[in-house]
Amino acid sequence: MEALKLELKENIIEQLNLEDMTVADIGDDDMLFGDGLGLDSIDALELIVMLDKNYGIKLTDPKEGRHIFESVNTMAAYITEHRSK
Amino acid sequence: MKNVYINSVGSVSAQNTTDDSDFLKDIISYNETTITAINPNYKDFIPPAAARRMAKGIKMGIVASKLALQKAGLESVDAIITGTGMGCLHDSEKFLSAIIDNNEEYLTPTPFIQSTHNTVGGQIALEIQCKGYNFTYVHGSNSFESALLDAKLQLELDEANNILIGGVDELADHTIVLNKIIHHIKEEPVESSKILDSKTKGAVFSEGANFFVVSNKKKASSLAQIEALEIYNTLTIDSVENQARQFLKENHINPSNVDALILGNNGDVEFDTFYHKLATGDFKNTQQFVYKPWTGEFNTVSSFGLLLAANILKIQNTPEPFKLNNTNTSHYKTILLYNQYRGENHSFTLLRTC
Repeated sequence: MEALKLELKENIIEQLNLEDMTVADIGDDDMLFGDGLGLDSIDALELIVMLDKNYGIKLTDPKEGRHIFESVNTMAAYITEHRSK
Repeated sequence: MKNVYINSVGSVSAQNTTDDSDFLKDIISYNETTITAINPNYKDFIPPAAARRMAKGIKMGIVASKLALQKAGLESVDAIITGTGMGCLHDSEKFLSAIIDNNEEYLTPTPFIQSTHNTVGGQIALEIQCKGYNFTYVHGSNSFESALLDAKLQLELDEANNILIGGVDELADHTIVLNKIIHHIKEEPVESSKILDSKTKGAVFSEGANFFVVSNKKKASSLAQIEALEIYNTLTIDSVENQARQFLKENHINPSNVDALILGNNGDVEFDTFYHKLATGDFKNTQQFVYKPWTGEFNTVSSFGLLLAANILKIQNTPEPFKLNNTNTSHYKTILLYNQYRGENHSFTLLRTC
C-alpha cells in the first residue's frame, strides 16, 4: 500500500505538472481538490484517465469520483480493491 | 480615418529583449540549426497554478503581452489579435503522440485543450480579463501581418482605441525532425554572423513572441506610426521590386525617401534571392538591416522586424550587427519592412516617426 501511495503521488505530480511539488509535499490524507492541493475539474479528468491507463479501472459514475479522489489514501484504497492491472 | 501608433512593445526572443532597457546592446551569437527563445522568469508574470498547464509558446505570449501592457500603462485593451504560423506545437505533438502511443485510448484533456491555435489569445484574455474581440490569424509567414492589418483597420475606423497584437510561435521536437528531413532547417549549424553567406538550403529555426499595444491615440511614449501594410500570398522574384515601388507610390513615397529597409533574409540560398532583388535594386543606397541571423526563423518572426523598426524610429539608434550594408543614415523618419518565407506570403510594412 505504501509503495502504491508513493507511486500515486509521483504520477499526480507528473501528470498534473505540479512542477513546484515533491512527494513529500503531499500528505496521504491531504484533500486533493478544494482547499488541499487545489486541483480542478480538468485535473479530475486527468486522474480518471490515469486510473484507466495505469490500473485498468473505468469510472462511469462521476459521483463515485468525488469520494475516490478525496485524498491519496482514498485513491490507494479504491485502486487496491478494484485494479485489474 | 485615424492614425495608428505603436505605443509599446513586449518581447521574448532569442536575444535579450524581455528587458529592453538597453535595446539590443549585447547581441547573442549562436552556432546552431535551431535556437530557443531565452526564458524570462515566468513566475513573475503568470500564477504557478495557471502556468503548469502552459507550454512555452503560451507562456512567451503572456509575458510579451503583459510587458507591452505595462509599458503602455494599460491593464486591459479593447481587443486581442494574435498571429501564429504553427500554433501550440508542443501540445499538438503531445496529443497526437498520445493517440499513437496509446492506440487511440487514454487521451488526457490538457494537451488537447491547449493545442489549438487560439490558445495563446485565449489565455492572454483570461490573464488580463479581456472580454473584447479576440481573433487569431494563422497564415504562414503572413500570420502576424494579418493580425496587424485587422488591428489597423479597426483603429483607423475608430472601432477600437487600444488593441493588443502579437506574433508567437514555439519550437517542438518532432516538427524540428520533420523540417530537417525536408531541408527547411539547415543541415549544419551556422554561426549567426555567417548565416547570410552560408550558401546552403534551409534556415535556422527559432521561436519567440513579440506583442504590441497599437492605438489610435498618440502618447509621448509612442514608438512609431504604422503608415501602411500590404500582404501578398504569391509574388515572383521579378515582380518584387515593382511591387515595392507600387506600394510606396500608393503611399506617396519615392524609394529614395525611405531611410531604412528591414529585410527578412534568413540565409536560405534558395529564397534570399527575393531580398537580394530589393537590396541591390532601388534600395541599394538605402541603409539596410536584417534580424533573422540573430533571432532565427519562424512564421511570425517578422513581428521582431516590426519591433526593430519601431525602436529604431523611437531611439534613432541601430544595433550594429543588424546592419546589412555600409550606408549610414543620420536620422530615421521612414522605414520599409519586407518579409517572405520560402517565396510565399510576402508583406510590405511602412512605418514613420510620430
